[in-house]
Amino acid sequence: MLASPKAEGHRRARRWWPWALLAPGLVWLIGLYLLPLLALVPLSLSEPVSRFGLDTVFRWRLANYGEVLGAYGPVLLRSFGFALVSTGLGLLLAYPLAYGIRFRGGRWQPLLIGLVVLPSLTSYLVRAIGWTSLLGDNGPVLGLITALGLTDLGNGLGLLRDGRLLNTPTAVVLGLTSNQLPFLVLPLVVAMQRIDRRLLEAAADLHAGGLRRFRLVVWPLSRPGLASALLLSLIPAAGDVVNPLFLGGPNERMVGNTIENLLLVQLQAPRAAALALVLMALISLAVVLQLRTGGLDDLALP
Amino acid sequence: MNRIGGWLLGLASVLAFALLYAPIVVMVLFSFNAPRGRFNLVWQGFTLANWRQPLADAALTQAFLASLALALAAAVLAVLLGGLMALALGRVRLRGGRAIALLLALPLTNPEIVLATALLNLFVDLNLPRGPLTLLLSHSLFCLSYAALTLKARLAGFDPSLELAAQDLGAPPLAAFRRVTLPLLAPGLLAAGLLSFSLSFDDYVISSFTAGETVTLPLYLAGAFQREISPQIQVLSTLVLLVSGVLLILATPRSSGSGRR
Repeated sequence: MLASPKAEGHRRARRWWPWALLAPGLVWLIGLYLLPLLALVPLSLSEPVSRFGLDTVFRWRLANYGEVLGAYGPVLLRSFGFALVSTGLGLLLAYPLAYGIRFRGGRWQPLLIGLVVLPSLTSYLVRAIGWTSLLGDNGPVLGLITALGLTDLGNGLGLLRDGRLLNTPTAVVLGLTSNQLPFLVLPLVVAMQRIDRRLLEAAADLHAGGLRRFRLVVWPLSRPGLASALLLSLIPAAGDVVNPLFLGGPNERMVGNTIENLLLVQLQAPRAAALALVLMALISLAVVLQLRTGGLDDLALP
Repeated sequence: MNRIGGWLLGLASVLAFALLYAPIVVMVLFSFNAPRGRFNLVWQGFTLANWRQPLADAALTQAFLASLALALAAAVLAVLLGGLMALALGRVRLRGGRAIALLLALPLTNPEIVLATALLNLFVDLNLPRGPLTLLLSHSLFCLSYAALTLKARLAGFDPSLELAAQDLGAPPLAAFRRVTLPLLAPGLLAAGLLSFSLSFDDYVISSFTAGETVTLPLYLAGAFQREISPQIQVLSTLVLLVSGVLLILATPRSSGSGRR
């Protein structure tokens, strides 16, 4: 190709204009995200100046981590437990739903996807208020359980507590599952949309039955979607504040509530930072595993 | 096998939609409730009174308007900053482009509570009083990644030779951008804006750390659990759902035929 003077000028211009476009966004990302996140590390090794403010001094206080893990280990365990159970339950429903939308949805596919997204356009606090009405002592769910005579069974299985549903792990997991469902369904639908129908037809031509077609074609090709669905659901669920606070009550606090309490009520910024970093480390482990298998490009956006 | 499979498929789908819509149905229903006492949580009887006075709860209305303004400002800022980043990343191979793309995606892998902790400590260190400004900074930050990545994905499916063709026909680069690229990008801009708006409008965790005395809608709702749950909460929420439902339909790309992309 001939290097005309004009093209040369274009090339030189090209060197700076992308950076000019990137600059404001980078200021935001570095100033409001990267640096504050890194600043949590020295903060987590500090101690508060007084009990009445958020000011701290840096002291290399590694003991913060030991104390936080000792005091809040069970809360961390519960958080990931709830997140895993709700994601697992959600997947049991989301995978078949995504399959149905992709392979049985036909021309209703965009509408069905819209219907999956629509509930998340309502504030999750309003949804929590809805669940409070549904699961409350005078609510329809408990009424149905009582009418069917299942109260004792529910108590025995640990699903109810003293015949009540609110302020139990069941309520928190139910709220979490409902919140996370769209984040599970969407990446799965996107992954399944990439499956070429002709592959299924070819498999059928080769006399593969329904089960084998699913096992050999659909399942392996939907795995990347499954991985991003897991992450997109686990991350917000593990750090959730709203469901444990309003559906779980004092006994079902999760790590998000603990961090909030440490920082805003107890004014223990260093411990809050240490706990936040522990949470992030645990989640980063999961993300790194995903990066090795898929990569962040596969994270489907809603 | 196929019949059992189809049956299970239907059952799971029905259960999934039930779980998704149970709290929504309750919300719509309870907007027509006539509660006794301060908490609109138990069904008492049907009334249209709440819908005749949707703004009767003054504190709620104020929080609602504050959230609208904040979400609008945050969405505009995020789409602007994110759009510029997407344009740069989508067009040229940059040294460090991969690192920047990673930096953009990283906030999505943090639980909100971690980001909230980091932001509050930043504002405390900077002695920045918590209020509308800190809210806008934090909201525009967490919307930025979503907006930039949504637009980057749209730009990836866009043919750059269209713009070059316009330039070959004598259009100056800026005019080519305005006449060719921008109209093609408009649906993406709308989608990124709506996504940012709804993320900001719904945010509770980061707001509760960075709002100071400012009360946004989610903060008001969180307080309502202790104070008063007026039926106007359900009325306004139902209205929001209706409006966002319409916007969702408008923002959904029309698919032709089988719906395969």
